[in-house]
Formats: sequence, C-alpha cells, structure tokens
Amino acid sequence: MSPAMATDGPALAERLLQQLERAGGGGLGSLEAAAALGLEHQQLVGAVKSLQALGEVIEAEQRSSKRWELTPEGKEIVQEGSHEARVFDSIPAEGLPQSELMKLPSGKVGFSKAMSNKWVRLDKNADGGPRIFRAVESVRDAVREKLQLVQQGEAESLEEKDRNELKKRKLLMEVIIKTYWIRKGSAFSTTVTKQETDLTPEMLASGSWRDLKFKAYNFEALGIMPESGHLHPLLKVRTQFRQIFLEMGFTEMPANNFIESSFWNFDALFQPQQHPARDQHDTFFLQDPAEATDFPMDYLKRVKKIHSQGGYGSQGYKYDWKLEEARKNILRTHTTAVSARMLYRLAQQEKFTPAKYFSIDRVFRNETLDATHLAEFHQIEGVVADYGLTLGDLMGTLREFFTKLGISQLRFKPAYNPYTEPSMEVFSYHQGLQKWVEVGNSGIFRPEMLLPMGLPEGVSVIAWGLSLERPTMIKYGINNIRELVGHKVNLQMVYDGPLCRLDV
Amino acid sequence: MPTVSVKRELLFQALGRRYTDEEVDELCFEFGLELDEITSEKDIISKEQGDGKAESASDIILYKIDVPANRYDLLCLEGLVRGLQVFKERIKAPRYKRIMPANSDVQRLIITEETAQVRPHAVAAVLRNITFSKDRYDSFIDLQEKLHQNICRKRALVAIGTHDLDTISGPFTYTARPPSEIRFKPLNQSKEYTASEIMDLYRTDSQLKHYLHIIENKPLYPVIYDSNGVVLSMPPIINGDHTKISLNTRNVFVECTATDITKAKIVLDILVTMFSEYCEKQFTVEAAEVTYHNGKTCIYPELAYRREKVKPDLMNKKIGISETPSSLAKLLTRMCLKSHVTGNGNSIEIEIPPTRADIIHACDIIEDAAIAYGYNNIQMTIPKTYTIANQFPLNKLTELLRQDLAAAGFTEALTFALCSQEDIADKLGVDISSTKAVHIANPKTAEFQVARTSLLPGLLKTIAANRKMPLPLKLFEISDIVVKDSTKDVGARNQRNLCAIYYNKNPGFEVIHGLLDRVMQLLAVPPSKESGYLIKAADDSAFFPGRCAEILAKGQSIGKLGVLHPDVITKFELTMPCSALEINIEPFL
Repeated sequence: MSPAMATDGPALAERLLQQLERAGGGGLGSLEAAAALGLEHQQLVGAVKSLQALGEVIEAEQRSSKRWELTPEGKEIVQEGSHEARVFDSIPAEGLPQSELMKLPSGKVGFSKAMSNKWVRLDKNADGGPRIFRAVESVRDAVREKLQLVQQGEAESLEEKDRNELKKRKLLMEVIIKTYWIRKGSAFSTTVTKQETDLTPEMLASGSWRDLKFKAYNFEALGIMPESGHLHPLLKVRTQFRQIFLEMGFTEMPANNFIESSFWNFDALFQPQQHPARDQHDTFFLQDPAEATDFPMDYLKRVKKIHSQGGYGSQGYKYDWKLEEARKNILRTHTTAVSARMLYRLAQQEKFTPAKYFSIDRVFRNETLDATHLAEFHQIEGVVADYGLTLGDLMGTLREFFTKLGISQLRFKPAYNPYTEPSMEVFSYHQGLQKWVEVGNSGIFRPEMLLPMGLPEGVSVIAWGLSLERPTMIKYGINNIRELVGHKVNLQMVYDGPLCRLDV
Repeated sequence: MPTVSVKRELLFQALGRRYTDEEVDELCFEFGLELDEITSEKDIISKEQGDGKAESASDIILYKIDVPANRYDLLCLEGLVRGLQVFKERIKAPRYKRIMPANSDVQRLIITEETAQVRPHAVAAVLRNITFSKDRYDSFIDLQEKLHQNICRKRALVAIGTHDLDTISGPFTYTARPPSEIRFKPLNQSKEYTASEIMDLYRTDSQLKHYLHIIENKPLYPVIYDSNGVVLSMPPIINGDHTKISLNTRNVFVECTATDITKAKIVLDILVTMFSEYCEKQFTVEAAEVTYHNGKTCIYPELAYRREKVKPDLMNKKIGISETPSSLAKLLTRMCLKSHVTGNGNSIEIEIPPTRADIIHACDIIEDAAIAYGYNNIQMTIPKTYTIANQFPLNKLTELLRQDLAAAGFTEALTFALCSQEDIADKLGVDISSTKAVHIANPKTAEFQVARTSLLPGLLKTIAANRKMPLPLKLFEISDIVVKDSTKDVGARNQRNLCAIYYNKNPGFEVIHGLLDRVMQLLAVPPSKESGYLIKAADDSAFFPGRCAEILAKGQSIGKLGVLHPDVITKFELTMPCSALEINIEPFL
C-alpha cells in the first residue's frame, strides 16, 4: 500500500465512488474494490458504511465469501523468508556446528525442511561434534513465493495441494469474510459532502443549517432512559385501590397500629379463645409489651357474656372466657381489628349515622413461608354499616368494586368465617388459567360482634377483604413474592415497572 | 379449612348416581364446599416419596373436598352424602334417636374427683349392633382423627376413645393416677408399659408426640378402667390394646374426655349420629350414664333438637329476596333444618338437629336459606348508603411525599416491619435495651424477633441484595416503625418515618442533605432557627464521627442525617460509602 494515497474517511469514500463510477451499472465487490484501491478490506468496509449513512448514494448488499489469508507465521515468512531458507542463509562456507544451528529461531523446523530439500548436509564425524554444511550453491524459496501470491490476493492461482501443504504448516488459513456487492444508489455522485452530526447554536445564528447535510439518525437504537426515581409496584397498586375506595365514597381508617390486643383482634370479633387462629403457630404474640392494659370495661363485659353465655338471640360458645387471654398483645392478624375499633367508635355516637370505611395495611401471620406467603402482607378491607343492608347489597358492592379492578365475571361461594354470617368467598374467572380463582372473602358481620358494641339492632355491616400482594403479583407477572416484597426485591423490576392501571 | 378425602366410587354409590368431575365441582361450590383435588393414593405417595414407593399403592380415584371449619357434620363420607342428598331433596334428613336400655343394662361411667385437676369432663354412648366393613371402619377412624385435629384442638379440648364393648364390662371409672401406677398394653403394642414408659415410647412417634405435652407435666394422668381393672384408655394419648375395635366388632363404647364439656357433647353427637347409620336400628344410639364425683348424673348423648323461630320477612330482608314463607321453610329443610310455617304465616319454626352445632343464631339460619336459594341467584343491588369519603391525613401526606421523592430521583423500597434484634441494634452499634423495640415472644426464626424501630436496616439490606445494580443507588421508604409507649392501651404505637439513602463511590452527604432541604421545601418549612428547620452536629453510633447531624423542626428533634459509620456499612455487607436520612413525618400533619 502506498502511504501517499489518502486513506482518511471522505477521501477514501470518494475514491470508492470513482471506482464504482468506472465499474458501471453492474457494481463491484468490496474485495475486488479493496484490491484495486490497494486497501485493507476492513478499510473499504468502513468507507461503504459511511456512504450508506449518507442515504441513497450507494446500495450495498451484504454477502459472505471465503478467502485465503496468511497466518501470523505466514506473514513472517513473507517478510523474512521460510525457515529452511533462513537456515540455509545462516550457514557460512565453513559450516556451522549442529548445536549452534539448533539455537537459531528457525533452527528446528528449518533444519529438517532444508535436509529434506537436500539444501544442506550433516557431517556427524566433524571435529567438535556434528556440523552442517551447505549442499548447494543457492536456493529458491518457493514457500515464500507462494505465500506472496496469497498476500496479493492470488491464492486461487496456487495448486490445491500446495495450499493444503501450506495450511498444514499453519501458514495459510481459510476465512469467511463479510463482503458487500456495491452498486450506484439513486442519489449517486462521485463527491461526498461533509455531514454534520447535529444542529448547533452557531448554525441557527448564521442560518448555515439551510445548506448543510446532516447525518441520518439510527431510529432502531433505543434512547437514553431519563434519570429518575421510581415508585414500588406494590405501593402503586395500593394507590389505585385507595383511589377506587375513595371514588366509591369510602373513608380511610387509621390502620397505623401493628400491635393489637387479642381482645380487639379476636374477642371483639366473636372469635372464640380456643380458635386455632389464636394458636402460637399462627399468630405472633408479644413478649414485651406482653399485655394490653386498658379496655372499655362495659363493652368488654358484654363481649365476655356473649362468648361464655350467649345473648342477643345467640347461644354463645359456652366456655370459660378469660380476660388474661384477651389481654395478650399480638401483631394484628387482620385489619378487621381496626374495623372493630371503628365500629365500636361508631356505636358510641348519640345517633347512628351510616358509614363506609376502608383500609389497606400490613397484617402478620406466624406461618410457614413459601413462594406466595410471607409472615407479613397487606390486607385490603372495605366495610359498609347501615340500616337494612342485604346480602344482595354486599354482592352488588363487590360487583362495583371488582369492575373497577377490571374483573367482571364474579361467582360467590358459601364459606365460613368466625365473625361473618352469611359469608361468601368471591371467585372470578381467570382467562389465563381457564378456571375460577378466589379473589376475596366477604360477609355480613355477626350480630354477636355488633350488638355488644352497642350498634342498633337493625344495622347491618357488610365487609370484604383481599390481599394486596396477590392481585399485584398477577398484574405484574411475579411468581416469587420475595422479588416483590422485602429487601430481596429486584430493583430492576422496580425501575422497569409500567404504570398501574387495574382496569386496563 | 379441613379437607376430607373420599373415594369417588363410594361417593357415587352412596349418592345413587354418577357425576362428571365438573358436576361434582359445581355441586360442591353451590353447597359451600370446594373440590380441592382429584387424586389417588398412588399419586399422593409418588408426589411425596417418589414414583418407586408408589408402585404398590392403590390407584382408586380420591376426591379431596374442603369443608368449612364449623361443619363437623360434613367431615366424613356418611355426613357429606347425607347433607348433599337432603340438599338435592333425594332423601329426608334422618331423625336421630337416643334409646334407653332397661335400667340395669345402661352403661355407666363414673368420674372421680382426681380428674378435676387434669381433664375434668367425660361423656359416653354406645353404638349397638353396628356392622362395619373395611370402608366404614376406615371412615370411622378417619372421622375421629378429623375431629381431633379440628374441634378437639389437637386433643387438648376433647379426646375420643372407641372400644369393643364386648371385651369389657362396666361400670367404667374415669380417674387420674400418678403415671407410675398406670400400667397397660397400649394399642398395637406387644407388651405392657407404665404410663411414664408410654410417654417415652411415643416421644418419637410422628403422630402421638404432639399430644404428650397436654398431660406430661401433670402429677396425675387421666385413665379409664372397666370394672375388672382393664384399661380402656389413657386420654388424650392412647387407648388400651385390649379393647380395640375390629371389622367384627358389633358393639362400640364411645367415650370422650374433655376440658371443655360443650365441645365434648358436640363431638360425641357428631360421631354417633354419623355412624348410627350402620346400627341395626338405623340412626339410634344407646344412652350411657355419666356420674360426677358430686353425684350429679347426666345421660349422653344429648342428641338435642332445638327449636327456633325466625320471621320470613327478616329472612327476605337480610338476604335481599322475596320468597314466600313456605318456600323459605322448604329451602331450610333442604339444609337439614326441618322447618315449617306457623302462626298466620308470619313465622317459620326451625328445628336444629344435633348435627348442626354451628347454628347458634338466627343469622346462621338465614345463611342456610341463602345457600339453598343459591348465592348466585340473588339479585345484586347497590346500597343507598350516602357518605362523603375522607382520607386518613397521615396516609394522604405519605402518598403526596412518595410521589415527590420519586420525582426527586429516589426509588421506593418496601421492607419488612419485622426483623432481627441484630438489625436494629448490634449492626447499628447500639444495645437492644436502649431501643424502645417491641419483642415477639414466639418467632420461628431470628427474622421475626422484633418490630423495626428504624427503616434504615431494611434499606441497607435492600442495597445489599441489589449490589449488582449500577451506582449510585438512591432509595427511600415512607412507612411505620413501632415503639413501646406506655400511654397507649396496648403499650406500643406506630410512627410514620421517612428514610432515604445514597450509596455510591463517594458518601454524597450533600445529596442526602439536599434531599432533606427538598422535603422541607415540599412541607413548606423554611430553613430557619426560629420557625423552620435546622441541622446541628450530633453523635450517633450509626454515623461516622463528625459526619452526623440532628434535624430539628417544629420545635423538636425529628431525626438524623449523615454519613454512615464504616462499621455499619460493613455489617450490612456493603462496600461503598453511604449517607442516609431518617425522620418522623408525623409532626408535619
């Protein structure tokens, strides 16, 4: 390659264009073009790409072709001669001891080749050990000549057995290279105008942008993400549920009390003291502060009576109700404990006024953990208290609520909860799973819960609950709850999360 | 929710027709049951222990059906079939009868005073001339196990013993004795042991070991003898081998010992009503007499039918339907609650059978009417209740702040409210006793020892779990911590905190400080000594000395910010400098 020839971008591209002009309408291959212009193929490919970026100047169709190339050792031989030639050259007229010769870089390989070419001879009985002498006056380095042909792109002119021999000696290799077939494009020209990358304030000021050509953008690449903070997916869903309740006219309950007494969590809800949910295996009890100290005592007495003796038309559970059991502090197992406090407060009003309440907050279970269960999760709860509410009202309210979540196909199954009667589990048809799945639990609070609080007899309270985690996992396609909740969260998932629109 | 498994063929045989699996599923759903799984013993064993072990197991199809926790009458094939057949109006609910044998023949159980301290109650009955088959026998044993696990609270409240009456002779004595004085051959053992030896024997038994604690530390153990000193059982642990029932047993003596007499009566009623179906005189049960040490005598089983009256109008109003009184009575009758209209049609009299101990109030009756009517046939309505919604102010503030913290470039974390003592104390360089943490009495692992008193450990652990993410990491959380507070009824309260953290190759104190300034800007609190906020140097073991400040606002200290102490960073398995901020947001309400 002549160093005098311009190899920088635009000049090189123009030389390619001129070559293309000479080639005529049929176009030309990039390998041939490179050889013709005395360039490395890779340099020519660079020129092709820069011309492609200009738009319609050229058309380039990618092809792949096989080519013979020199290995690094092959290139060395082109420069320095073959090992055997080098060995021959290094032997002076008086010969060289074999041990000396073997120390030369090309010694070992060159010696055996030179011997088989009969270029040198070995005198084993010479003074001072075996000695090598030239066997002929001069030699012709055929290996080097063949390799020079390959370097000039004329590998095809070699005989196949020669190529194979050189390949075996690891001097040649066959490579597959990406080449282009280049034709003139619709905006073909033999000159290249310099392209600007982007608008600058100077161009705007001078108006030079009018005459300039701009480099094309690659619209297939992605942009740079804005630097930003992100909200947690579960809490994005919480925001939507809050919104739904507020749209439906429900007032938010203060649920910021994780520590609750067994009294409000269980006894007030008419959940008997031997109920399995009150077992050590299901509920976190507190060691410190172990017991609650303050209760509305009149109400507590009525609760004791309804459990142990019955009343208000109920048989009760007929067992020995113990204050010690009610005093035990726990981490609340459901937000219904909050609803109980709110309903009790509602009952203390001079005159009853209807109420609609909701809460979304943490609850705790001392349960076995797995991919869908943690010791703490968020419970969503809705409560309506008014005169004359019916089971049909509960179902209608649930229908409206779930419609806002994008769930329209509902079915209700009779169920059992200690503090609601009637009780119904809510099922929705899951299109993906092709089956009915439980999406919530609901019911009408038992009179044994409401009447001791002091609510008027005709008042019914309907309620329902569901977990926040389950709909979120379904919404965002998360299988392991630990990737969503807690410190093992996958932050990439948080970064990449879409908006939460439950009804879309 | 208890699960009952029944053989599909037996169920169809008893129901008198075949169903597709979908039809069974539908029928269960309507009735308040759930067909949980269709499987076989082979499937179950191969799932639990691998295919190799399952080869010889039965491949008879089993239905696993979830039963509501208060419906003890549906815990066996017999009860399920009876309930469904009555529901489908194919049979009438049977009427259970207690039969008194001639006075001299009645089986007697005498309770001695010693039982008072350990297990004071007992009830008993006799199933006379019963015919067992392998399936009936298995169902009989299985029902006892289901009752033990549920209403009996793992035998703590009630324990059931069933005995071949023809191997023993009454009167029977229920007493309590020192373990060393009780000696008998336990069920399916080959020799006699003392009570203490029996406890040791079962310490490793996968089933029985769970019941030992009920009596283990009592000075006296409960025991039932016959008139010849034969041990019937040592409740609630094990029966004697002598009285064990077999497929050939014709007369069964049933005893239930208990700490809760009400539950004992229910358990006895359920067991005998279910299996009296196989007695020569169907649905009859022979009475037994139980005498307490004070001379009080009771006849069991009670098999009491109770009558309740409910107004049809009330039923319609509670459900939201308008059925005639007679059709309501018919609906209830389909739920095994035999009912008829009385008065001028403005009352329905309902008879509650001994199998339905779950019916304790009119609301339970109304629910059954609604189930028979079909929940999904009820017209949905929207209540006219008019209310104005209000947000809880603390949550409203939290929601607003969250949005703007994210807008400030911080990402929201959601960490656990429970953690280990180490997280909130040792790792932050403080002693647990100096925190106001509430302590959990029964944590299964160290992760649940205390409720957090700071949001910081959770955020640090979040970073530790996300070290592969590109830096900087900027996280925040607004959530509740819990502290002891003796002015509260439960002795503790939540506090809403805001915590933020900056994790990078440089500590970035100025970033966290800037975030504080932004938060204060959002809260419209100016930087000022008098009426705004300020920060002043402070010491805190969690922070690097000289790089920590206390935040004062609204006339009080609301939290701290600073560069975390290298020890804290290391203890949370982090490798980069880090600065953090944690404040209480409640003063800004």
